[in-house]
Amino acid sequence: MSILAEAGLRGRAAIVGLGELAPTKKPEGRTPLELISEAAMAAIADAGLTRGDIDGLVVCPAMMQYSMLWPSIVAEHLGLSLSYMEFVDLGGATACGMVARAAAAIATRRATTVLCVSGDTWDPQGMYLKPPPLLFPLRDFTVPYGAAGANADYAMAARLHMHRYGTTSRQLAKIAADQRKSAQENPLALFYGHPLSIDDVLASPMVCDPLHKLEIVLPCCGAEAAVLTASDRTQDLPHPPAYVLGFGEALDPDPFQREDFLTTPTVESARRAFGMAGLGPRDVTLAEIYDCYTSAVLIELEDAGFCHKGEGGPFVEAHDLTFGGDFPLNTNGGMLSFGQPGLGGGMTLVLEGARQVMGRAGPRQVRRNDVAFVHGNGGTFTEECSLILSRER
Amino acid sequence: MAPRTDEESRWFWEACARQEFVLQHCVACGVIRFHPRTLCPACLSAETAFVRASGRGEVYTFTVTWQNQSPAWRERLPYVLAWVQLEEGPLVLSNVVDCKPEAVCIGLKVEVVFEDAGEGLAVPRFKPFEGA
Ligand SMILES: [Zn+2]
Repeated sequence: MSILAEAGLRGRAAIVGLGELAPTKKPEGRTPLELISEAAMAAIADAGLTRGDIDGLVVCPAMMQYSMLWPSIVAEHLGLSLSYMEFVDLGGATACGMVARAAAAIATRRATTVLCVSGDTWDPQGMYLKPPPLLFPLRDFTVPYGAAGANADYAMAARLHMHRYGTTSRQLAKIAADQRKSAQENPLALFYGHPLSIDDVLASPMVCDPLHKLEIVLPCCGAEAAVLTASDRTQDLPHPPAYVLGFGEALDPDPFQREDFLTTPTVESARRAFGMAGLGPRDVTLAEIYDCYTSAVLIELEDAGFCHKGEGGPFVEAHDLTFGGDFPLNTNGGMLSFGQPGLGGGMTLVLEGARQVMGRAGPRQVRRNDVAFVHGNGGTFTEECSLILSRER
Repeated sequence: MAPRTDEESRWFWEACARQEFVLQHCVACGVIRFHPRTLCPACLSAETAFVRASGRGEVYTFTVTWQNQSPAWRERLPYVLAWVQLEEGPLVLSNVVDCKPEAVCIGLKVEVVFEDAGEGLAVPRFKPFEGA
């Protein structure tokens, strides 16, 4: 048994409140702090609590309102008095990392009830507020080649996967198309009311070969919040809890230097999370997996242990990935259909995992909602964090 | 399009301006590293030898970029980004130039060319290897 599994953290905290704003394509005159506050108040109310019940706060960077002292800025805005506060900066792994830290803080009695909130605006033309500088050597060695964003890295991962394992663009496109089917039952999703076929994905413009436009996440504006509390305090709350049975992280900072680019730290983060939960991939009944790109989903599915390395293509082809299917994946539409409100994008997946486990997903409720695997992926498969959410302790 | 440099990396781009692709070789553990830095990431030794690389390698993976609206790149579209595995071992991100994008494939043998970036710096890119 691993040290993490022995640490007594399993199932000690649960997600009990959800707050999610409808994403928008433009800021519409609103700041990240406003959006974050609105989602936070919604989550606290959803949990049947008041802000006086919140004694822990976990936040993360908002790109368009980047500031030092962010936890206290958010706390001041919400009028919170806290015994625990935390700032998490793990790229796409941030949301899962926030929930993991909140759960650990509750298990170790640093707080009883923790608010995790993230959100952002997006306005590339106007640059409504200034984005933070990115000053680090690895980036200095990508910008001069025209690779300023993440598109190129995930495209090159897809290319290598195709070359090595025979993965096809149709298989990758099916991920986006199946997720879009689920999004048709999510009125909040940016692409609600816009069904999508595999052929539509393949007909969309090539951005970074082999990735098409509709395989790439759309940044947007919005905010997402979750309230966690101690598992022994959940009985009088309005909604059934989503117990945090396990969490795990892993970092491999330089994808250029690892043994195999296509074998990512998700192997370790998932192993740690499953180890703490005492479960394995076969116990999972739905998955919410970070989908900045279709190629990211494919590789994370493999490394989390849902299929062998290289078999992601046939796996997604063989399974119905919609909420009604035999492997429900990114059942709110995923970020590819919902939109990616900054680091709140990862939190949309956490909220959907919790929502399904709580049995609150309405028309897109999965039939078997016992165990959700939720995963965040940051950088170019560099920071990874996995969560196991469960209906039962 | 001059690269951002700092004290740890400026010498690399200056060497490129002299038509030299220079790698750091850890004297303590023997690892050849890229990108440039003072401490060896494998053993944290600062004892470093500088070796001139052959400038040859092969394409490990690549992508043809069709959309990039930044002014510097808009007119180069479509352009090829690739991870090149150098003969000396390290993988480096760069562009494959001087050929049609459809001529690029995984395993393509390439050699370095240097593009002047002003300010005494140059950027290494790669073209298909034409030597014997
Ligand atoms: Zn060394």
